[in-house]
Amino acid sequence: MAHQADDDAGLIAALKRRDEAAFVTLVERYQGALLRLALVYCRSLAVAEEIVQDTWLGVIQGIDRFEGRASFKTWLFQILVNRARTRAEREGRAVSFSSLSDEAEAPGEPAVPPGRFRGPDDKWPHNWALPPHSWGESPDARLLADETMELVKRAIATLSPAQQQVITLRDIEGWTAEDVCNVLMISETNQRVLLHRARSHVRGLLENLFNDR
Amino acid sequence: MTDESMTIPDLGGLTCKEMVELVTDYLEGALSPAIRSRFDQHLTACDPCVVYIEQMRQTIATLGKLPEESIPETALDTLREHFRRWRSAPDS
Repeated sequence: MAHQADDDAGLIAALKRRDEAAFVTLVERYQGALLRLALVYCRSLAVAEEIVQDTWLGVIQGIDRFEGRASFKTWLFQILVNRARTRAEREGRAVSFSSLSDEAEAPGEPAVPPGRFRGPDDKWPHNWALPPHSWGESPDARLLADETMELVKRAIATLSPAQQQVITLRDIEGWTAEDVCNVLMISETNQRVLLHRARSHVRGLLENLFNDR
Repeated sequence: MTDESMTIPDLGGLTCKEMVELVTDYLEGALSPAIRSRFDQHLTACDPCVVYIEQMRQTIATLGKLPEESIPETALDTLREHFRRWRSAPDS
């Protein structure tokens, strides 16, 4: 994604000159990621698509005032997040989206169930009792199998909205921590906490899947 | 084995339970140098934690390979129409 950012500048300049090809290139470049993030806010594909469409209308309406202080990507996704959050609030789902920082600062689930570790009085206190088993030398075939991908998608859907937003942008879309913090307006530390909980949860589910074989 | 101290590996003063909570900070390069060196020491002595970190890396790699969401072509057509209307509108 980083390589695209430099390239955006030329397209933005062209878009300001009302160049349709530049607009279409930008839409095609970001459409998939926008939709993915919109789906975090609303389960309905139709509503998510509307939010994405609405975001592009926001781009058209605002591009002349866009000064490039933030990257285009950050600006674009902020528009999406604002619209998606407004919509979620209107639909009475504001509570679950209240504050990412509040969630990050509240205690979370441990990364691994405590029962997997030895007790405090053990000879090896708090070290592995039930250690993880390697997923093999070349686990790619298992990891990339359709079944695994389906499980990962479902796993993400069970995360809290805050964790979903972070893991979607960081790991699925491959964004930097800095970009994620800018778009979601959270601190680096809170971003890392949410990412940690989300990744740990997905790892646990993959482990269950592979251990069941 | 009578002398247990012979077999006790140096786990860097970190338990495995602590390790699994530090792994994201480790992968993000956010550990302080002091904790980082204890973390590395633990890994030299604890194979299960090495496996665990490898699984976190594999999890991240898998997340990066989820297929892209796509939007129907008609959506793009609608956006083109909006764009053209905007383009032909007088500057506001």
